[in-house]
Order: sequence, then C-alpha cells, then structure tokens
Amino acid sequence: MSTERRPPAVPPAPDLHRVLATAPAPAPAGALSATLTFAWRGMLKIRHVPEQLIDVTLTPVLFTVLFTYMYGGAIAGSTGAYLTYILPGVLTMAVLFTTVYSGVALNTDMTKGVVDRFRSLPVWRPAPLAGAVTGDLLRFLVAGSVVVLLGVALGYRPGGGVWGILAALALVIAFAFGLSWVFTTAGLLLRAPNAVMNVGFMALFPLTFVSNAFVEPDTLPGWLEAIVDANPISHLVTAARGLADGDPSASEVAIVLAVAAALTAVFAPLTSHLYRRGR
Amino acid sequence: MTDRITQDLTAARAALAPLAIEATGLVKSFGATRAVDGVDLAVPAGSVYGVLGPNGAGKTTTIRMLATLLRPDAGSARILGHDVVREADRVRGLISLTGQLASVDEDLTGRENLVMIARLLGHPWRAARARADALLEAFGLTEAAGRLTKAYSGGMRRRLDIAASLVVTPPLMFLDEPTTGLDPRSRSQVWDIVRALAAEGTTILLCTQYLEEADQLAEGIAVIDHGRVIAEGTPAQLKASVGSSTLHVRLLDPARRGDAERILGGRLAEVRPGADPAALSATCPDGDRAALAVAELAGAGIGVGEFSLGQPSLDEVFLALTGHVAEPEEDEAALSGGGRA
Ligand SMILES: Nc1ncnc2c1ncn2[C@@H]1O[C@H](COP(=O)(O)OP(=O)(O)OP(=O)(O)O)[C@@H](O)[C@H]1O
Ligand SMILES: [Mg+2]
Repeated sequence: MSTERRPPAVPPAPDLHRVLATAPAPAPAGALSATLTFAWRGMLKIRHVPEQLIDVTLTPVLFTVLFTYMYGGAIAGSTGAYLTYILPGVLTMAVLFTTVYSGVALNTDMTKGVVDRFRSLPVWRPAPLAGAVTGDLLRFLVAGSVVVLLGVALGYRPGGGVWGILAALALVIAFAFGLSWVFTTAGLLLRAPNAVMNVGFMALFPLTFVSNAFVEPDTLPGWLEAIVDANPISHLVTAARGLADGDPSASEVAIVLAVAAALTAVFAPLTSHLYRRGR
Repeated sequence: MTDRITQDLTAARAALAPLAIEATGLVKSFGATRAVDGVDLAVPAGSVYGVLGPNGAGKTTTIRMLATLLRPDAGSARILGHDVVREADRVRGLISLTGQLASVDEDLTGRENLVMIARLLGHPWRAARARADALLEAFGLTEAAGRLTKAYSGGMRRRLDIAASLVVTPPLMFLDEPTTGLDPRSRSQVWDIVRALAAEGTTILLCTQYLEEADQLAEGIAVIDHGRVIAEGTPAQLKASVGSSTLHVRLLDPARRGDAERILGGRLAEVRPGADPAALSATCPDGDRAALAVAELAGAGIGVGEFSLGQPSLDEVFLALTGHVAEPEEDEAALSGGGRA
C-alpha cells in the first residue's frame, strides 16, 4: 500500500524547457523607455475600459450645456457672449477634475499585486508613476477636446482662433500635470479609491467655484473677491481666457506655469517616495 | 532534535554550494505586530527551498524583504552575494517575484501583460511580442492571449503570473503560495512548472501552507511560525520528526468511536478523536500496520465509512514541533496529506 499518491498525471506544458533556455537577458529598459512603456499601459487601459472616459467627458458636457442655456441669458445677456466667457472655465474644470483619476488609478493599483511586480523589476523606480502621469496627459487632452468641440458646436468663436484655443488647452493641461501629482500623493496616503475621489472632488469643487470660472469676481462681496483673486485656478482661467481670446497675459501664464512647476517639484518626489516605501 | 538537524544541514550546505539567499536576523514590525521576528535562512543556489507556515506566520513579509520591497527593521539579507538594502538595484536584476496576490494587470490582456514586462526588461518591441507569444504558447494560454486577465480563471492567472516571471529566466525566483486556491489539476501544472524551472538551474524560494507541496518540490524546508523559524530540514527529516504518517478513519456509526479507539490503540500510537464525531486518527509507522488495524475494526463489526493514510498535515507538524496547533486561524483548507488510500 502506498502512503502517498502522486498528483494525477497532467502533461506538463510541452515547450517549457525550450522556452526557458534563452539567450542572455538584454539590459533592462532605461528610464525613458520604461516610462513610455508604462504610459503605453495607461493607454491600453483607456482602450479596454473606455467607460472611464465617460465620467470624464459627461460632466463637462452637462456643465457646458446647462450653464450656457440656463444662465447665459441672465448673466451675460446672450448665450454667445456667455459662452465666450465661461468656456475656458468649463475647460479648466473638466480637465482639473480628471486629475483626480490619476490618484484613484494609483490607489487602485496599490491594492493589487501588480505593483509588487513593478517594484521588483530592475527599472528606474519612479517609472510606473511617471508613465502613468504621462498616459494621463492623453486623458486630459480628451476631456479638454470634448469641451472645446462642444463649445464650437454651440457657437463658441473666441478671438484667438484655433491657435488661441490650442494654446489655452495646452496651458490647462500643463497645470493639470502639476495638479495630478497632488492626487497621486493623496492616492498613496488614503486607504480606498473612493476616499481619493471624495477628497479630490471636495477640494476641487470649492476651488473651481470660488474662482472666476463662471462669474465675474467684481460682482462679488469684497472679501470673497479677494479670495477669488488669490485662487490659482482664477489665474489659470484668466490666462486660458486671454490665450483663447487672442489677448494673452504673459504674467498670468507665468504664474500658472510657476504654480504647476511648484506642485510638480513638491508632490512628484513625495509621490515617488511614498511609492517606494510601499504599503 | 531539530537543533541537531539544523546544525548538520547548515554544515553540509556550507561545504556544498554557494548560497542564493543568506538572511540573518531579519525583523519587520507593523505597528505592534512583529510580522517577522528574527528569521535566518540559508538557501543553497540551485535548489527549491520551501518556507512552510500557517496564515500570518510572516512568509509574505519575509519574501517582500528579500525582494527589496520592504526594508528590514533589523538584520540583513544577501541575494547571490548582494545586500538587499545597499545593493537593491543589483538584487532586482537577479530575482523575479510571483506574489501571493496575482501580480498581473487585470485591465490588460494576457499578451499585453507579457509584452509590457518584456519591454521593461529591455526587449525591443518585436522581440517583446515574440517572447510573449512563445511564453503564452508554452503555458497553454495562446487561446486566451487576447482576453483581459480579469476574465481569467485562477489557474490561468497563476500561469500567466509565472510566465511573466520567466520573461527573462532569473537566477532566483520567489513563489508566494503559488497553488493556494487552485484545483488539483492546476496545482499539479504549477508543480510541473516549478520542477522544470529547477531542472534549468533556477533557485526557487517557495512559500506554502501545504506540507505536501513542500514535500513534492523542495529539497529543504524551513517551518516558520509567529515570524520565527521553528524547524529546518529536509522533508524526510521533518516528517520523521512528526511520525511517519497518519491514519484517518471515519466510522459509519459515531456511537462506536469508543470501541474503535480501544482497538486502534492496541496497534497504533497516539490515537486521537477528530473534530467530526465519527472520525479518529492515529500515527502509524508504516502502511502494513495501518491496513491490519483497519481490518481489525471491520472484523469487530465496526463499520468503516472511509479511511486514508496520509502525510502529516501542517497542523500535525505544528503539534509535533511546538505542542500547539497552527494559530491563529484554523486551517481547514490545508491539504491533509497525500490523498485517500
Ligand atoms: N502591510 C502590513 N501592515 C500591517 N500588518 C501587516 C502588513 N503585512 C503583514 N502584516 C501582518 O504581519 C503578519 C505576517 O503577515 P504575512 O503576510 O507575512 O503572513 P503570511 O505568512 O504570508 O500569511 P498568509 O499565509 O496568510 O499569506 C500578519 O499578522 C499580518 O497581519
Ligand atoms: Mg502570505
């Protein structure tokens, strides 16, 4: 009598020995190549789960239509004039809200085993993060383009023409890049994807509404006007509006780029540090 | 006794092979939990080495320290001669990790997962795709290659996970509970893969909750509990320290258990009632004696519903080594040995 039974004979995967015997390993990918590979991963995810773009595009579409037709007449006298005023604001809001998803995606990743694999590979350690944020630029571009195209369809014809609109879009995306590092940091500090989403939206709602995105600040009480003027998002909206209208303000653009650079300088290394540390 | 085994083994190893893993006094705490509490490991290059322990013993935490994912609070470890903290980059070039949570990207297809890893490991696009296809074929995943891994079964996901670890054949591979939750067929596939890898000379550190798995695959085993190595040896040495094998009997009539216990007690050592009111188990030195004992039960008119002779379970190993069963979780899922006789 046998005291143990071997497992049922399943044919071993036939080519295993052949597939293992390979030429010497190539040198691992460099920092840039690894980053681009992770950006590619981000794009594949958008392709496989396009629903994630619906969130990102539906809200701005709703806002553009609602604001233009509900308040356009009342606030600016005509929908066309109001569209010229708010479209840069809606564009800003749409793209900035998308940055929260960078943090949500990273938080989701961290709960999965795949991050352990990435972190155990012999590649530049921040590459998964840099790649994800690079991939997110595409998401920002999609969200922004939806707003712009919808605006144009509704009659948005700013003075700066196509180049003005593209410059405004580029500036908003540059700011979003900086802001997304704030949410990747939050994504690594908070426990659940939902928490990241809530914190992100709770921070962004007041920031975008207490700005000049939808109303002229001089219609506000003095103390509120002061807050609105100091809000970096007001600077972003002013700068984007200037670019779109063909009347750019170099100082506003400079402020926006400086804030984006500062956010990146502080939060990108922080994200990277937290990511290395792991959970 | 285990002390002596440990000493003999360590001495024999030092003479025989260079070490793939050499860990001394590894400690890692999470808050008040001392997850790993002074683990020493000496794994010779070219072997399959099992780390056996119940839930929460500290297996995963140990692997994560060895794979440079966690920094030890104290102690040190060298992988093929390189320090896991000071030379972490170097170490990452020598290892691959198949984590306990399947380390595949669920929002990508199987093929995309492998192409991504191949790109990261330095293959140009064309070579990366070719490598991915070769691995998919070898692991029987060609048909599922274009599907999102979210939709894979547990066994397919595991195979993909292991394939991802073999994009470049690593000198050292960590496998953290590779068969937990798999059906017997998938389990034996994974075992075949491990054997094939070992035959190619890869050193494998295998964490498992199953003595049978370690017995099937590993040349050396460290048993850990509460973050400490409590025994070390070859599978045969460990089993011998427990008692060669265990007879499990389930009676048709629970009321006869007392009689059965007396009869078995006449022939076998350590007769114990099981949790099931109709079940009994006993330690026996060989199969012949077990067969005679069972025959005697039948002869006495005690109906035997089922019996099996199996290797000691993890619980029994723990009972023998520590005098208590594996804590804190009861491990019903643990394989109770080599199957029914
Ligand atoms: N990141 C963490 N934060 C807090 N506690 C942790 C963390 N990781 C592990 N622990 C604790 O450390 C102990 C050891 O955990 P570990 O995952 O290493 O065990 P294990 O042997 O792999 O168990 P299992 O068989 O369940 O996988 C457990 O008590 C666990 O709760
Ligand atoms: Mg574990």
